[in-house]
Amino acid sequence: MKELVKKLTEAFGPSGEENKIREVILDEIKDYADEVRMDVLGNIIARKKGAGEKLMLAAHMDEVGVIVTNIDDKGFLRFSNIGGISPFTLIGERVVFENGTVGVFGMEKMDDIKDLKFNKMFIDIGARTKEEAQKKVRIGDKAVYYRNCDIIGDYVTAKALDDRAGCAVLIKVLQNVKSPRFDTYFVFTVQEKVGLRGAKTSAFGIGPDLAIAVDVTKTGDTPESEKMAVELGKGPAVKIMDRSVICHPKIKEMLIDSAEKNNIPYQLEVLEMGGTDTGAIHLTKDGVPSGCLSIPTRYIHTPSEMASIDDMEKAVELLLYVLEK
Amino acid sequence: MLLKELTEAFGVSGAEHEVRNILKREIENCAEFRTDALGNLIFEKPGKGKKPKVMLAAHMDEVGLMITSIGKNGWLKFDTVGGIDDRILVSKTVVIGPNKVKGVIGAKAIHLQEPKEREIALKSKNLYIDIGAKDKEDAEKVVKIGDYAVFDSKYEVMGDLIKAKALDDRVGCYIITEILKKNYDLTLCGAFTVQEEIGARGATVAAYTLEPDIAIVLEGTFAADVPDTKEEGYSTTVGRGPAITLMDKTFIADRRLVDRVLQVAEQNKIECQLRRTAFGGTDGGKIHIAKEGIPTIVISVPCRYIHSPASLTSLGDIQNTIALVDALIKDFQERGI
Repeated sequence: MKELVKKLTEAFGPSGEENKIREVILDEIKDYADEVRMDVLGNIIARKKGAGEKLMLAAHMDEVGVIVTNIDDKGFLRFSNIGGISPFTLIGERVVFENGTVGVFGMEKMDDIKDLKFNKMFIDIGARTKEEAQKKVRIGDKAVYYRNCDIIGDYVTAKALDDRAGCAVLIKVLQNVKSPRFDTYFVFTVQEKVGLRGAKTSAFGIGPDLAIAVDVTKTGDTPESEKMAVELGKGPAVKIMDRSVICHPKIKEMLIDSAEKNNIPYQLEVLEMGGTDTGAIHLTKDGVPSGCLSIPTRYIHTPSEMASIDDMEKAVELLLYVLEK
Repeated sequence: MLLKELTEAFGVSGAEHEVRNILKREIENCAEFRTDALGNLIFEKPGKGKKPKVMLAAHMDEVGLMITSIGKNGWLKFDTVGGIDDRILVSKTVVIGPNKVKGVIGAKAIHLQEPKEREIALKSKNLYIDIGAKDKEDAEKVVKIGDYAVFDSKYEVMGDLIKAKALDDRVGCYIITEILKKNYDLTLCGAFTVQEEIGARGATVAAYTLEPDIAIVLEGTFAADVPDTKEEGYSTTVGRGPAITLMDKTFIADRRLVDRVLQVAEQNKIECQLRRTAFGGTDGGKIHIAKEGIPTIVISVPCRYIHSPASLTSLGDIQNTIALVDALIKDFQERGI
């Protein structure tokens, strides 16, 4: 699991530019799925055949990032955010483009740092002129945090654990499932961070009877944090609701029952802000009973998110039981 | 002139019939059409039935006001429909409802304002429309609650540019009518959509019905090439040709399609530009995620001061956009998607 998480989190894949992460995932799953296809938006839809109802498992492969909106005469890049990033997170941070170009964030002179906004910031890629910059980067190119994945004790810290942690769980489930009781579709979705867009089209294409997303969720276990009854290392969290969905009782109970029968630790999650692919999936066609299994994660959308490898392994165990019991 | 007629027509989101009627007349000799449940004008021009099936979309609706109550002195209170900057409203004349009643958006005269009041921009809830009625009863003879109001603004030529209200998105509607007059082997289909300004609602159902292989959305987008804006804040520049969207709040373009558009533009020597901002949203946001997903391109004519009574755009940019869409359709015809 550790090696897989490292490989997935270090891959490049902001919303709308998921080529590289898609290659990494395809490589992991190609020997295990019965069918693999890509749809118009670029979702990976991998099927593991089974006799029963159609089950859609979804994890998004995109991550937050930035997009270049302008290149000035001196070669500095202006940018906009892709997904929920705070400008304060970017101070002193580096980004990397798909072609390997590295840039560092700078900002205009400001009397009060509270005035910091994206349009007061720029990316410096070490170019001296517009022409020099344009050799490396075009308007519309996207970049992600430039960070390695580190294992710290039982925990892992990396960019893009949101939601490569979920991708890792789905990959491990696909690699280890023998004969699922559902006709199971493993979907690695695109553009979740900008509005659950990939989940919407892939769910329409599959037309599932039920669905479970695997995504990260916030925690309330750090000093003076928001109140939230989810902690790292206490097992995966069964989502009750967030801003995008109220999870279907059938799926909730299926996950809770499976955890209890197998003595797998689990937590219950009510997320006050934020949404997940389940939000788009459950409203597909005439409605899909849907739920979500969450990996508790600290510092979401920063270059150093943190989660527990053990929670991910327990999530795999739980989903394998759901698929095979 | 069609663009003059289109921009002067009334069509606030939810009441697009005047615009729809003009467009019906304009395309009746070149395409089959019908109006769907939401009011989208859906059209199809089969050509020789070749693939890919290309969808064109432009929205008919414009931003405006809706009357919410009539006061005892005959003054009308209103809400805005779509994104309007409240600060542009004071002293504008508007035209209200099916009776086309003229009104003035009123506010307290400067003489009567406290010094502090003068420093604050008036909000729409503090404003009212004065139609010169004696009292409530008099006003109710010509205006009903729920009537829409649009800016009272005519199409005019100003130097190299034109001035009109509702260039967003009557320019798109105009461009589609010009394209439909041309003949192609492939099937063209599409929609003049309703209710874009309040959440791309028409496009959501139109794309669901049409199932095209690829969609081209035609828009009027904001240009900020104005004093006190630095070059990096321009977004688009009037006079530099159609602007291709890379990303906005509702849509991320497929870079391969953007590159294809740029390549076609270069081969045909049509000046075009990238839209250099990630703000805003269009019908493309709904179209590209309809059903299993539709490859989508968003092309916009740069317009200054959109969502106001007086936006400015370049006829040259409009002609270049028509040329680009024409070249693009021919390219799809020859090489597929």
